[in-house]
Order: sequence, then C-alpha cells, then structure tokens
Amino acid sequence: MATVDDLQFEEFGDATTSLVATPDATTIRIEDPDETPKHPPAPPRSSRREEDDELLGNDDSDKTELLAGQKKSSPFWTFEYYQTFFDVDTYQVFDRIKGSLLPIPGKNFVRLYIRSNPDLYGPFWICATLVFAIAISGNLSNFLIHLGEKTYHYVPEFRKVSIAATIIYSYAWLVPLALWGFLMWRNSKVMNIVSYSFLEIVCVYGYSLFIYIPTAILWIIPQKAVRWILVTVALGISGSVLAMTFWPAVREDNRRIALATIVTIVLLHMLLSVGCLVLPLQMHEEC
Amino acid sequence: MAETVDVPGDSGTGSPRPLFAGLSDISISQDIPVEGEITIPMRSQIREFDSSTLNESVQNTIVRDLKAVGKKFMHVLYPRKSNTLLRDWDLWGPLILCVTLALMLQRGSVDSEKDGGPQFAEVFVIVWFGAITITLNSKLLGGNISFFQSLCVLGYCILPLTVAMLVCRLVLFAEPGPINFTVRLFVVIIMFVWSIVASTAFLADSQPPNRKALAVYPVFLFYFVISWMILTFTPQTQG
Repeated sequence: MATVDDLQFEEFGDATTSLVATPDATTIRIEDPDETPKHPPAPPRSSRREEDDELLGNDDSDKTELLAGQKKSSPFWTFEYYQTFFDVDTYQVFDRIKGSLLPIPGKNFVRLYIRSNPDLYGPFWICATLVFAIAISGNLSNFLIHLGEKTYHYVPEFRKVSIAATIIYSYAWLVPLALWGFLMWRNSKVMNIVSYSFLEIVCVYGYSLFIYIPTAILWIIPQKAVRWILVTVALGISGSVLAMTFWPAVREDNRRIALATIVTIVLLHMLLSVGCLVLPLQMHEEC
Repeated sequence: MAETVDVPGDSGTGSPRPLFAGLSDISISQDIPVEGEITIPMRSQIREFDSSTLNESVQNTIVRDLKAVGKKFMHVLYPRKSNTLLRDWDLWGPLILCVTLALMLQRGSVDSEKDGGPQFAEVFVIVWFGAITITLNSKLLGGNISFFQSLCVLGYCILPLTVAMLVCRLVLFAEPGPINFTVRLFVVIIMFVWSIVASTAFLADSQPPNRKALAVYPVFLFYFVISWMILTFTPQTQG
C-alpha cells in the first residue's frame, strides 16, 4: 500500500496535482489495476504533452501515449529494436502519404498521422523512389529533347543516380538532425509546448518529399512553363506541410527566431528542388 | 517397419487393456532373435548420400548442382505456389544470372567519357545490394522468411529479365529505329511483369496480411530499375 509520503514526491502537472495531493490510496502507477478506478480517464503524463494535445485538438492520443511508452524496450543491438521502426500497416502508410499531399491548415501532420509511431519505411523508400525517378526522368527528358537527331547517341547516365542518391539521402537525414538539434537547444532556453523526437522529424521530412515523385515524372514534358509551374506547386505543398508542422514547435519562441526557422526550412526545401530538378536539365540543354 | 516383440505376459488376460499399456513391461530376452536388417529404403539412401558426397567425383557434384539450379529455373518460368525455391535454397543460380546480366550490360570501353552506361561492378552492386535491402525490409516488416531464402528467390526471379536482355541484344543487331525500340519495350515489359509475378508467388505468403503491399513495392522498384537498365542499353557502335 502506498503511504502518504510516497504520494507527494512527484508533481505531474497542473491537471493532476489536485488528485495526487489527496491522501487517499490513489497511486500514480498506471499498471496497478486496483487503484485506477479512482483516477480520471487521463493517465498522468508530462504537462507539456497534455496541454499540447488540448491545444491541437487531438482527443484520442491517450492510448497511443501509453503504448508509445511501452514500445521501445529492446536494446539497440537486437533486431527487434529496429523492427519497432517498421511497425506500420499498408493503410497507415497510405494515410501518411495522403496527409503529406493535402496540407490542411491547423492540422499538424505529426499529431494527426504519426501519433508517436514514427516509421522509417516511408522516408527510406520514398527517398529511394525519388532518386530513381529523378535519374530516369532526367534521362528521358534528355532523350526527348534530342529525339530525331540522327547523330545523337543515347547514353544512360548512370553516375547521376549516385549523385542524386547522395543529395537526397543526406538532405532527408542531415537536415532533420540539424533541425532537431536546433529545437532541442531552443527548448532548453524557452519552454516550448510541442517538441518532436528525431524520428518524427525524419518521418515528416521523408513523407513531405513524396510530392516530388510525380513532379519528377512529369518533368519529362519539355515545356519550360510547365516545369516551373510544377516546381512551384510541389514546393508550395511540401513547404506548407513542413511549415505547419514546425510552427507549433517554435511559436512560443522569440518572434524573429521563429520566423527565421520557418523561413530556413522552406529555403532549404527550395534549394533541394532547384538543385535536383532544375540544374541537371539546364546543364544538359547547354551542352 | 519395426519388429514387434511378443510379450508373453500380455495374452493371458481377457479384460481389454488400453493400447500400448504393456509396453513398459517389454524386455528383450536373449532367446528372441532380434538381429537382422531393418530395411527402411529412405534411410539407407540418406546414409549413403551423407557419406559419399565428399568422395564423389567433381563431375557428379557439378552435375547435381546444375540440375538443382535448372529445376529452380523451371519453377521460376512456370510460377506456381510451391516451396521448392524456399526449401532448398541455393545462391548459385542468382550468381550465374547476375554475372551474365552484368557482363551483357557493361559498357564496352572504359575511357570513353560520353558513355554513361553501367559498369560490371555497378550492376553487380545494384543487384546484390538491392536484394539485400529488400530482404532486410521484409524481415523488418515482420515477415517470417529467412535471409538467404529471400535472396535466393529474388535472385532466381531475375531469370526472365536476363532472357529479355539476351533478346534485346539479338534485336539490336537489326537496324535501329522505332520498330526496334517497340519490340524491345514490349519484351522487357512482359519479362518485368513475369518477374514480379514469379517473385510475388513465392514471397507474398511470408508476410503478415496487412503489410503485403509494403513488402511487394520494393520488389517492384528493384525489377523496374533492372528493366530500365536493360531497356536503355545501347551497344557500342563506334570502334
């Protein structure tokens, strides 16, 4: 049986302090089935996440918070540890892809779709598909430009695959790392409501790159106007997904820093699209 | 067909006894002859098999392995749901196919800058690392297929694409033009679909049912990239 001394050692935030302070036999441990009927339905979590959920209007994250806490228990050198990152079903992956294509203002991609179950399947295979889509469409557009020229000898440019792969994979992993580090640093200075784990950031970046796959395929059309429209649309959609995801995380901060962060995110995204899609084709047209 | 031993103490009682109830009383006395061969045909074959593969001639070993590889080729060409590829996996077939494909796909001269076709090593690396990545992916998603079984299946299902490569090379000896290209495109598409159907027939059952599409998509991507390399292959025309 828990004594009064045991009950008073941890504060779990505003909503639950009144309950904890009662000297009756309500324990804080969730696993104890005898005591939970005295609890309200919300299990004790850190106050940060609770307020965050109220603000973002997500009601049923109780269970997922509980489950998330119990999930990753294997040590990192076992295979099961990495299996927890691939614990998604087909419909979940489709839902996340759909969410990245239709950014709805006010709905946070991470809270709505990822819900403490970040996966590595989506980012990895979307990046792989994007690499090959860029390489193949670059080849095809080159071929179509020179179609009809008898002297043109078609060559599949294989080196482009390696270059594209390096760029895209480093973007999809290093930029989330930098952003996560930056957010952690700001979190230590300003108490932010929303904070994302590294895997969730990787997940958001990976799924936001999905829009570039149809863009790369449609890039075969040799009209300049069409290409620029495609790039703008793709940048708009994925940029807005990223901006809407990270705005709640920096909102509490100094106004200038928050704006600068969002602008940097969008700028880097723009660099990626320009670098991968536009530049190789410009170089081809010149030579 | 083990020999049964008569238990003398069993026949006297008239009451029904449960089956095998008296077995604990059996003792083989020395007057009952129990010598002689217990002939179980399978067992003797296996015993011979185990002891003599070291001593057999190299030709026998090679012929036996080639027959196993050929049998699996047949299974790929006529894909049915069977366990042969999974049960007796081997990596000879994938190695032969990969080397053949890489040899046919590599560009002719090394020093020509304009030729951007893949080298032998690039094709080799794509095939094997692609197969390893797909295997890891399906295991991480929770499939219950072993690592080498999956490599074996993926490697063997490159066979239709290797046949497509051979056909493309033959077609390329004819005059280049749109008909040439259309024929090659047609052949490559058919073989690509054949590869996917064959590998899905073997691999799909090992995945949990709500993740089958997630496991099959990388296979699709893998064979698509190989088909692309085959389709865009152009031989060296200048000497």
